Parts: sequence; C-alpha cells; structure tokens
Amino acid sequence: MSLSRDEVERIAHLARIRIDEADIPGYVRNLSDILDFVAQMNAVDAANVSPMAHPLDESQRLRDDVVTETDQREAFQAVAPQVEAGLYLVPKFVE
Amino acid sequence: MSLYMEWEAVIGLEAHVQLMTRSKIFSGASTAYGAEPNTQACAIDLGLPGVLPVLNGEAVRMAVKFGLAVGAEVATRSIFARKNYFYPDLPKGYQISQYEQPIVKGGRLEIAVDGRRKTIGITRAHLEEDAGKSLHEDFHGFSGIDLNRAGTPLLEIVSEPDLRGAAEAVAYMKKLHTLVVYLGICDGNMQEGSFRCDANVSVRPKGAAKLGTRTELKNLNSFRFIERAIEFEIERQIEVLENGGQVFQETRLYDPDEHETRPMRGKEEAFDYRYFPDPDLLPVELERAVIEDIRATLPELPDAKLGRFMRDYGLTVYEAEVLTADRALADYFEATAKAAADTEPKLAANWVMGDLLGALNRDGLALAKSPVSPQQLGGLLRRIADDTISGKIAKQVFEAMWRSEGDADAIIAAKGLKQITDTSAIEKIVDNIIAANPSQAAQYRAGQDKLLGFFVGQVMRATQGKANPGQVNELLVRKLKGG
Amino acid sequence: MHQRSLADLAAALRRREFSSEELTRACLGRIARFNPRLNAFVTVTEERALGAARAADQRIKAGEARALEGVPIAHKDIFCTKGIRTSCGSRMLDNFIAPYDATVVEKLEQAGAIMVGKTNMDEFAMGSSNETSHYGPVCNPWDISMVPGGSSGGSAAAVAARLVPGATGTDTGGSIRQPAALCGISGLKPTYGAVSRYGMIAFASSLDQAGPFAVSAEDLAVMLQAMSGFDPRDSTSLDRPVPDYRAALDDAIAGLRIGLPKEYLGEGLDAGVAKAVEEAIKVFERLGAKPVEISLPNSRLAVPTYYVVAPAECSSNLARYDGVRFGYRCAEPRDLRDLYERSRGEGFGAEVKRRILIGTYVLSSGYYDAYYLKAQRLRRLISADFARAFGQVDVILGPTSPSVAFKLGAKQDPLTMYLCDIYTIAVNLAGLPGMSIPCGFAGGLPVGLQLIGNYFTEPRLLNAAHRYQRETDWHRRVPPGFE
Repeated sequence: MSLSRDEVERIAHLARIRIDEADIPGYVRNLSDILDFVAQMNAVDAANVSPMAHPLDESQRLRDDVVTETDQREAFQAVAPQVEAGLYLVPKFVE
Repeated sequence: MSLYMEWEAVIGLEAHVQLMTRSKIFSGASTAYGAEPNTQACAIDLGLPGVLPVLNGEAVRMAVKFGLAVGAEVATRSIFARKNYFYPDLPKGYQISQYEQPIVKGGRLEIAVDGRRKTIGITRAHLEEDAGKSLHEDFHGFSGIDLNRAGTPLLEIVSEPDLRGAAEAVAYMKKLHTLVVYLGICDGNMQEGSFRCDANVSVRPKGAAKLGTRTELKNLNSFRFIERAIEFEIERQIEVLENGGQVFQETRLYDPDEHETRPMRGKEEAFDYRYFPDPDLLPVELERAVIEDIRATLPELPDAKLGRFMRDYGLTVYEAEVLTADRALADYFEATAKAAADTEPKLAANWVMGDLLGALNRDGLALAKSPVSPQQLGGLLRRIADDTISGKIAKQVFEAMWRSEGDADAIIAAKGLKQITDTSAIEKIVDNIIAANPSQAAQYRAGQDKLLGFFVGQVMRATQGKANPGQVNELLVRKLKGG
Repeated sequence: MHQRSLADLAAALRRREFSSEELTRACLGRIARFNPRLNAFVTVTEERALGAARAADQRIKAGEARALEGVPIAHKDIFCTKGIRTSCGSRMLDNFIAPYDATVVEKLEQAGAIMVGKTNMDEFAMGSSNETSHYGPVCNPWDISMVPGGSSGGSAAAVAARLVPGATGTDTGGSIRQPAALCGISGLKPTYGAVSRYGMIAFASSLDQAGPFAVSAEDLAVMLQAMSGFDPRDSTSLDRPVPDYRAALDDAIAGLRIGLPKEYLGEGLDAGVAKAVEEAIKVFERLGAKPVEISLPNSRLAVPTYYVVAPAECSSNLARYDGVRFGYRCAEPRDLRDLYERSRGEGFGAEVKRRILIGTYVLSSGYYDAYYLKAQRLRRLISADFARAFGQVDVILGPTSPSVAFKLGAKQDPLTMYLCDIYTIAVNLAGLPGMSIPCGFAGGLPVGLQLIGNYFTEPRLLNAAHRYQRETDWHRRVPPGFE
C-alpha cells in the first residue's frame, strides 16, 4: 500500500505536524512500509466477529454529581507557555 | 418570494442544551456560571498528561428524562466516541461525544403555528462535553482561552429536517426550551449560553423530492435571531438559485446588526473527525428497571398540563398556553386557584396573567421573588368574589400587598376599603348626587345615556370608590329614569 | 546492600540492620557512579529522597513501618510526579513539572517506598530499544554497546545494574517484559484494569498497563501488592479485591499444565534463545509441571493488529500536546496553525510522529472500517485463541523476545524494530497478565522466559516463577562491573 506524497501531507495537516520538505520522502517510505505490513490483516476474513474495544467486558461506572475540585489555577498555569489575566494565550485566530 | 416558482424551505435544527448538573460531565469541577477565568478548569478539563474521564451519573439521568419525555427510545447500551479536531478551546484535541450509539434515538415534539398543529421528528439526542471559550479583544494580537466551560455536560438534540420555515423553527425551539426547563435539566438561560441553536437550511422547488444543498447557521442565541437568520438565509438561497447560481455547503454566521448571514472564515475544509469509541470509557449500560425508575420521576409535561388546565379550570387555549409556558408560573396559578377556593378559576387566571405578571415585569422581578404569594393572592380573590371589595379596589389592595403591607384582610381593614353594599346608604348618596346635578339628570332623561358614567363617577367619588358598582348602577338607572 | 532483593531489604530495614538513609545514599552513590555510562535516569531526586528516607527511619523506629518502608525505587518518567519533571522521554515535556501524582506513585509512596529518580524511556513509550528518547539512548548493563530493550529501558537497566532494588514501568506491547528479558531481570505486566492508569501518560489506552521491575518474582509480588487496586479516577480500573500476591508463592507446582504454543517456535527465533527456553521448560518438568502443546492460530496477526490499534489510540491521546497549556511551544509562532504544526513537529521525535501519522490515517474517513474496525475484530480472535488455550492449560510459556539484546543503532528500519515484540504484543491485545524472568544466556547476553496467565491469575504466575527461581540462579546474576 503505497502512500502518495499528497496523502502524507494531508495526514500531516490533519495531525497538525509540520514535516520538513527534506523529510517527506522518508515518511512516505516508512508509512507505506508500515501499511504494507499491516495489510497482513487481510489474510483473515473477520466480518462476523464483533469488534473488541476493551479487554474486559465491563460497563461504565457512574460518578455522583458532586463538586470535588477546588481552584488550582495558579498551580496549573505555572507550567503554561503564555498566560495573561488568567487566560491561556495563543496567536489570535478569527472566529 | 418568487414570481416564477414556488420554493419550499427545509430546515433541521440542532440544539445544544447545557445540563444543569453541579459538576462537569467527566470531572468534579464546578459548572457554575461567571467564575474567574480558568478557576473551574481542573486537571481533567485541561487535558493534562495522564488524566482520565469519569462519567457523571446525573448527566445520564437527565438525558434519559429527555428521551422519555419526547417518546424516544432510550438506549440500554450507549458508547462515548472521540471527535478529533484541533481548536484552542478544545484542550484534549478531541471532544468526548457520542457517535454511532447515542443514548437517545427518535422521539417527537408537537408544535403549533398559526393554530395549526404539526409533529416534528427528533432524530437523536446524545451526551457530549462542552468546549471552552475564546476572547479575541484586549490581548494585543493574541486570543485568550478560558476553559471553565470545558467539560460542562451538553445534550445535543437533532431534529429531523421536518421544519418548513422560520416560524416553525422558532415554535420548535420554544417548545424544546420549555420542555428542558420543565424537566429541570436545563436552566434555559440563552444569554449565558445554556441553550444554543444551530440551523441547517436548504431550499428546493415545492414538491421536489431531492433536498437542496444546505448551509449551517451558527451564533443563533435568541429566538429572535433564529427567526431572522433563517428568514434571511431562505431568501438568500432562493435569490441565488433564481439567478442561476449555486448554494455552497458552508457554515455561516448570523450578524444581528447587519441582519445577514455571512460565511464563517477559518473553516475552509470539511473536518474529518475520525470518530472512534473512547478507550478511556466503557459502554454505558442502563437497565430497563432503572429507566422506568427515572420515568416515574418525570414531572407533568407541558402538553399534558395544558390539556388539564383547559379541562379542569375551563381556560381557553391562549390562557392555558400562557400559564403553562413556565412551570413555576403554572404552579403559582394552581396554588392561587386552590387558595381562592369557591371562586372562578378564570379570576385567578386573569389576575396571574395580568396583575401579577404586570407587576413582576414592571419591577424586573423573577416569579420566585414575587412579594405576593399564591396564598395571599388567593385570599384577595376571595374578597372580590364575596363582594367585600370591588375589582377596582382590589387592584389597590394588590399594590399594597406588593409593597409587603400585609394580607388582603389586614389591608382592607386598615384602609377601610370595605365595599359599601348597604342599599339605603347608597340610595341616600345617589339621591344627593341626582339632586345636585339637575341639568345632567334632565339630559340623561332626554336620551343622553352616556351621562350615566358621569353620575357613576360622582357617586364613586363621594364614596371613595367603595360603593358596590353593581348596586350604584342599578340605583342610578332606576332613580334617573323612574324618578 | 545493592545485591540484595527488595523483599530482603524491606525486612532488613524493619530489623534495623541499617537505615533507609544509608541504603538510599548507597543507591544514590551508585546512580552517580554508573548513570553516566548507562543513562538510565533522566532526573535524580536526591534531596527529596534523603528527606523521605529520614522520615522512613523515624517511622521504622516508631514501629510504624509499612510494606515498603524506606526502600528506594525509581519511577519510569511516564508517571506524573508532583513537583518533579515528568518528561515521558520527550522534548515535548522536557519542561513539564507535573502538578499532581499518578495513582501508582501515590500508592507506592503510601507503602513507604522512596523515589530516587525518574528513569529514561523511549519517547512516549513508543519503542523496543530505548533509542528514541530525547535524552539519548539507555545502555544495557550487560554490554553497554547493546540496547536494554524498551520502552522501559531505563527502569530495566537501573534494576539490572543494581542501582535500585525495584522500579516501575509500563507495558503496551511488551515494554516491561522485553526490557526485563534483555536485561536479565524480572518484570510483570498485570491484567488490564488491575493497576490504575490515572497519572500515567497515555500512549494506547486500551493496551497500557503499569507494572513492576525487580530481581525476583517475590519482589514483583511485593511491589504489585502496593501498586494494585481499584481507583475511582480511572474508568477502566476494576473494582475487585486485591489478592495476597505472596500467599501462594511457595505452593508446589506439580500438575501445573504448561502450554507451549507451537507458533512460537517458528522462524525468526534465535537459536540461543530457543535453547535457553527449552532448558527452562525442563526445569518446570522436574518440578512436576506438565507441558502441553497448544496452538494460537491467530498469533501471526498480533503485530499487524497492534500497529493499527496502538497508533490509532496514540494519535488521539497525543493531540493534547499542542503548545497551548503546557509542554513545548515553538519559538515565535506566526499564527495558530504554525503554533500547532511547529510545536508538534519540533517537540515530537520521528517514531512518535510516524505512529501519530499512521494512527491518523487508519482512523480517517474511508479507512476506518478496513483498518481500525478490522483490527478490533482480529483482536477478538486473538483473545479467543487464549481463552481456548486456557481451557486446556494453566500457564503459557515461551520466549519473551526472539533475540537477545542487539547493538545500539542496529535496527534502523521501524518494521524490524516492531518485530521485537512478536511474543509480547498479543498479551496486551487480550489484556492478560504476563511476566518475564531470566532463564539463561545466549552469547553472553540474558534470555527471558515469558509466562502468560489467564485474567487475574497473577498469584499463580508469580508462584510458577518463584518456584523456578528457587531451582535456578539466573535471576541472581549481576552484570560484570556492576557487582
């Protein structure tokens, strides 16, 4: 399964990862190889098998509707790249 | 509208309803509105490395209540899925939502437009988490992100494209709004963003089977905006098509100042959300017995209450609609009618719809803050019904009650407002007034019936409004005519 | 001191043979001496460890010693440790000081263990050789030109070199078992759900599990006892009582049915490894165990299946690393898109980027069914193979890794690297418990024996391993130069 350059660029954009021009061929090669590899899955027809999302067959536990968290803004924002007036800053984007 | 062809608008609505839980859907942070930025965004809401979601049971119960109230199928097994996209107000880079197996499927809502009743289908309703907010002014070339709202539970309710115009769309939204507030699952505060609406609008030649290209309208945060935006968009699409153009599938924002919709910048490509079941959460399984337990906690729904009010209280459709639009108001009315036992329910209806709502509006008060309780109002109504006071005097008493001067009886006594019903006392005053106004009396006898009002006014003045109006009228007519 | 087992040290501390401070200083001394060679530690928390050691000594004196009181351990740098850098082996989190503790960290602390530092690892746990770390590769103490295995290479090397008696790791496709095998120590991946994932930076949520490294099965039991248990903060954490993992250690294993999958003896398996494993099986036979040939027919699908499921989940789990709220941010981002693309492009290494891209692809529109959904179906087939096998046998035995440690830089092609995990990956897909213990040498390098059990049969696995370790001394061998 050979990926085209365009496809790799499309996926890179979907994943918001910048790949340098020079590195694109390498990624095209590696990703194509990996997809070729996983194509081994086609050896088996599993159409009648139900998908397994979790190892164990349990259902979701429900939490009580209680407020348990206090304001830790200072602690959390201590690791932030850029904050002002309690807000996280990013380059301006138009809505 | 077109001269050449008849067009039909096809509208589907998506409501995002913030559920009134105390804590967030996947974390224990508070959902209270108006806090300082990022003071209610805990580690889970921020999407810090290593955190995990745990589901708020109350959000599930609220979703079930909604499903039952609209006659939908409540799923015994539903799955949370990740909707993956990048946006600064979406901390994890994905929104936890529901995709292939939502908690509510199907359902219907009946609306009335111009006296016509119509059933609107509901496709589905699912649970998801809200995103944060961004502010773009005041930050010198930057945008500021507040994640307090991130993680607030939302119920996304999707209608079938059964709506055919702006009026129907508004009727549906209003009905939905009333319902979720009735159910106690949403506070309905549109200014605060508790109840939001997106519209999918398309047009097609009337009678055509195929749907036209639709646009999505966003930023519709009042009923008025919904109506005007949809109206504008329908007209716009018709004009485009009639001029031989094409409607593009796009997202448009409504600008209330310019009264137009415009394409949204920054949403150039169709998102590929790459939905897949969230591996941090397990399937939500609800037993039938649990669903039935929740059904037992449903309040009387608006439609049922409306029917009952018309039947049991003899109200008109209009009166019943006004009084059942708000559950608290309906409760107030019923408590008043009960307190005013042995009076006509219509009396209570008129006073609640008229005087009470009027006073609340005038003073900018919410019903919960009314200085006059249903018991007090009911007491006042009984005094009208038993002729202790006239309707006109009652309004005075009501104002005094509003100013917290006491109950009806206390005020009537304190101000000596008891109606004069003693016939001989009134008769004496009537005789005096007639005697004092001979020319008007003559004119009346000559045929100027309108002068009765003048005499009534005079008698009322002489009695400080306390004479029983009915008796005054009767005596005046007899005396003036008969002599 | 450093050659003694963890259980032995805990007992010695309680007997006050020496103090925790002495022991901790000794470990810190060895770390200072050997880490430049091995690069096993990213962060050493000397002051904090000594403070905790002194406090431990007080508790021991007061007779309040807990299970691991005063015992120095290391944490894989994937566990959030409050106030301490938690890098996940990545430039993306090089500046991330975790604001909270992972549950595993809390639990070990509550058992009295002393954290001396955070260990090196493959970036975001993606790798089988510990060569993808932002902090440089880790070297195998048995031969420092060789890899220690990955992704928990730092923890494995630290224990193998006797720098600490115990360390934590995580295992998504073999990242505890494979480095344990390559470094000649014992490591265990518990049943999925037995140990909390809260605070453990996520790679592939439905596969990740935390587990212990130590020199013996008994030590693993002691650590696992402290680490296990239900955590309400993790929805995938199972609410069941934690058994006494040490209770059955010395039970006789006569009659134990040992499954030997015929698929494991195929091509790609190193002859030296095969021989050591065969010898190990003979030891089990001498102890009365009964070997049974079994078949796991879908085992060849395990690696391809894994390389769809794991990248898919990781592509979503790593979307939160966007330079907005924490972690690496690129210099002078031009706009929002640039912020995302360069922060992620520069912050992540090549292997992480590859897996995110593959994951994004297999989830994307048009490919979801053929890849992700198909992989989840195969996952069920693979699990069913094990379920069938455990109907016939109690424990499954085989090599942990197809080869011994290899030269740093030897495996440049990602695919060759992926094949290091052919025996371990299926166990994660099924969520079963698995462990690796040393069973000999090939070409002077350690060989690991893998034991796989049915769900929640850790006590039996530990028992089988412990009985083997009573008969053999592979687990007591120390790499030359580290005695």
